[in-house]
Amino acid sequence: MTPEKIHDALNAAHPGAVLAFDPNPKLPSIKVAPSAWKAAAKTLRDACGLDYLVCLTSVDRGAELEAIYTLETMGETRAPIHVRVLVPRENPVIPTVEDVWRTADWHEREAWDLMGIVFEGHHNLVRILCAEDWEGHPLRKDYKSPDTYHGIKNNVT
Amino acid sequence: MAESIQEINLNNDSPTRDNILITSVDQLVNWTRRSSVWPMTFGLACCAIEMMATGASHYDIDRFGSGPFRATPRQADLMIVAGTVSHKMAPRVKRLYDQMPEPKYVMAMGACTVCGGPYIKHGYHVLKGVDRLIPVDVYVPGCPPRPEALLEGLFRIQDKMKRERVLDRERKGLRPKLLVE
Repeated sequence: MTPEKIHDALNAAHPGAVLAFDPNPKLPSIKVAPSAWKAAAKTLRDACGLDYLVCLTSVDRGAELEAIYTLETMGETRAPIHVRVLVPRENPVIPTVEDVWRTADWHEREAWDLMGIVFEGHHNLVRILCAEDWEGHPLRKDYKSPDTYHGIKNNVT
Repeated sequence: MAESIQEINLNNDSPTRDNILITSVDQLVNWTRRSSVWPMTFGLACCAIEMMATGASHYDIDRFGSGPFRATPRQADLMIVAGTVSHKMAPRVKRLYDQMPEPKYVMAMGACTVCGGPYIKHGYHVLKGVDRLIPVDVYVPGCPPRPEALLEGLFRIQDKMKRERVLDRERKGLRPKLLVE
C-alpha cells in the first residue's frame, strides 16, 4: 500500500488517531496520538500489511519525547513508513506494541533504558544495556553522567 | 640465558658427559615462565580483533613464547584487556582477574583501557582506564594497537618476568599499583 492509502485506512478505522501526515516519498511519516496507538498498530499490521517493525528509536524533543516506529511490508522494496508518537516529558507513557510486532520487545526496553519512555503493558520493562542499578536515562539531553560509579571515579576531564 | 649457564664436564664417561648445567633457580624459573606466557581468551571490543591477528599465522605470537590462549582464568598468567571496559563489564573483569593464579600480569591494550580513549568525555558508561579497577603492568597505546605493538607489550611483560625472584612471594617492586585519585 502507498503511504496515502495507509493514511486513509488508518483515518477511516480510527478517527482522530492521526495527528499529522507527511507524504514525503523518501521518508513518509504518520503522527499518531499515544492513546490510539495500540489499536492503530493492529490496523497497520493486519489491514495495511505492515508486518515488519524494522526499528524502534526515540528522540528527545525537549518538552516531548518521541518514539519512532519504522514499518515495512515483508517483500516490498519501497520506502518504509515511519510512525511518530510524541508524549509529554513529565509523563512519557506509550502503550506497548510488543504483542503486535515481536521486534518491539527488546527495542522498547532499549528506549526505556536510554530515553526513559515507559511502554505501558510491556511484560518485562527492565534495562537492557545499562547496568541494573544505573540511574537516569543517558540519551536524554539533560542527562548528567555520574561522578562516581561503584566507588570508581567516572568524570575525569 | 646463555651467559648465565655454566656447563661442566665432570668426567668423560657417559651419561654425565656434556649433560650437566648449573644455573640459579631464578634464572631457570624465569626462563620457563617467560617462554610460555599463557594469555586468557578475553576480548571486549575491536582491540580483540588485533589480538586475534597477533595470534594468527601472519604475526604469530607463538614465535615469542606465548599464544596458548586459555579459556579459563585458572590456567592463565597474562590478562590482555583488549577493548572498552564498560561500567557494566567492570565487575566481571575484576572477578576474572581475581580468579587468575599468582604471579599474574595485566596488559592494558588500546586507548580505551589505558585511559578511556575516545569515551573519556562523553562516555557515561565507560571505565576511564582499567587501572582504576585492576593493577596494570604494561600499557599498549593505540586505537587499536597494531599487532607489532602488542608483541612489543608482550616483550615488556617478559622483561618484567626476567626480574622475578622465586623466594620473593610478595613480588616487591614488581607488583603494579592501582590508580586511585
